[in-house]
Amino acid sequence: MTDVAIALTVNGQNIKVSVEPRLTLAALLRRRLRLTGTHLGCEHGVCGACTVIVDGDAVRSCLILAVQADGVEITTVEGLAHGETLSPLQSAFKKHHALQCGFCTPGILTTMHALLSEEPDAAEERIRHVLSGNICRCTGYLPIVEAVLEAAEAYRKKAQP
Amino acid sequence: MKPAPFDYARPNTLAEALSFMTAEDAKPIAGGQSLIPLLALRMTAPKLLVDISRIAELKGVEFDSGYIKLGALTRWCDVLKNRKLAVQHPLLVEAIGHTAHYQIRNRGTVGGSCSHADPSAEMPAVAVACEAQFEIKSLRGTRIVPADEFFVSVLTTAIEADELLVSIRLPAWPPARRYAFQEFSRRTGDFAMAGCIVFWDDEDGRCANPHVGVFGVADTPLRIRDVERVLLNRPITTNVIAEATSALREAVIPQDDLHAPSAYRSALLGVLLERALLSASSRKREEVA
Repeated sequence: MTDVAIALTVNGQNIKVSVEPRLTLAALLRRRLRLTGTHLGCEHGVCGACTVIVDGDAVRSCLILAVQADGVEITTVEGLAHGETLSPLQSAFKKHHALQCGFCTPGILTTMHALLSEEPDAAEERIRHVLSGNICRCTGYLPIVEAVLEAAEAYRKKAQP
Repeated sequence: MKPAPFDYARPNTLAEALSFMTAEDAKPIAGGQSLIPLLALRMTAPKLLVDISRIAELKGVEFDSGYIKLGALTRWCDVLKNRKLAVQHPLLVEAIGHTAHYQIRNRGTVGGSCSHADPSAEMPAVAVACEAQFEIKSLRGTRIVPADEFFVSVLTTAIEADELLVSIRLPAWPPARRYAFQEFSRRTGDFAMAGCIVFWDDEDGRCANPHVGVFGVADTPLRIRDVERVLLNRPITTNVIAEATSALREAVIPQDDLHAPSAYRSALLGVLLERALLSASSRKREEVA
């Protein structure tokens, strides 16, 4: 089957690559670009581990073909920190022990980053509802909710004109 | 790579897309939130994927005096963020609040869900209960298919191989209409084990124009006219609720599956109908005479 040339931006870097149409965005990120922070759990849209941010929206990268990402701007978990400095959300996760094995963490960080960027005033109920799209089998979610609620303050400050 | 190999085309106009759809074994893809899992599980293996996701003609929500037109590419998040829709079709917005998860709602589309035709999905159930009309196009022309003919069976619709679903039209919704949406799923965002939609127009405390729909309990979402006949021109009382749930249990006999036996689903559906009738009449159980 014919490969397709695509161009996209990943964590601020312009990427040009030729892909087989059946390659998912998740596979492009992990195997071709070696951005292995994006984790693959179920590979059919149930677990949320592979969530990345596409043009501002949190989406499951196992449910987008790489060819469909032509021309878009992507942020992966690798794009959240500033160099060695953790983002406020990442710091809050560390402080509240919001991760144990860490497998689901990249998907949760990207999802919550997208949510708080758009809805910095999201209430606990809203945060919990959105978290239902990410399966975590270690934490029981409580420390995750606490971390997100604390980090929300930084997003509210950023949102102020 | 989990899907079987296929070729890919991304037309920019509907006319181009329709000509790609005449190719052998072509399938359209928009948000891909239902199709890509099927591809990953190799439940489907088309030769050509036609990516319709950037076709402007398929986008947007339009309001007319007679109906609300949802372009096939309208995403769940577009429905939920549309303030006009929240007023003009509150049932739709409430139902879509139950659809999938945050990340999927950012890509999944109304057209995709209806074309996929999962019997437990919310959008097809709203379409059937509300007597929606589906606008379907091919190079051969345009046809309008009513919702009760559109959904044929599990994952099967009236759309032919060379056709595309272009829009879904919901009849306009009177502001004073009484309605309720009830579904049960084990986890938030999961497909419903059973669900129920009711609405009617209130005439001096009686149900005029009653509509009752159920989903997750048969091969397609269904409108239950036997229950509507029970409600017609009557107030919501304990007796009417009992008659309605018993009519529903007779009209729908769910199949057993690995999630629940038929008797459980049937009982669940009755409870959901009762809750829906109480909620739509804005009354608590103890208030009903």
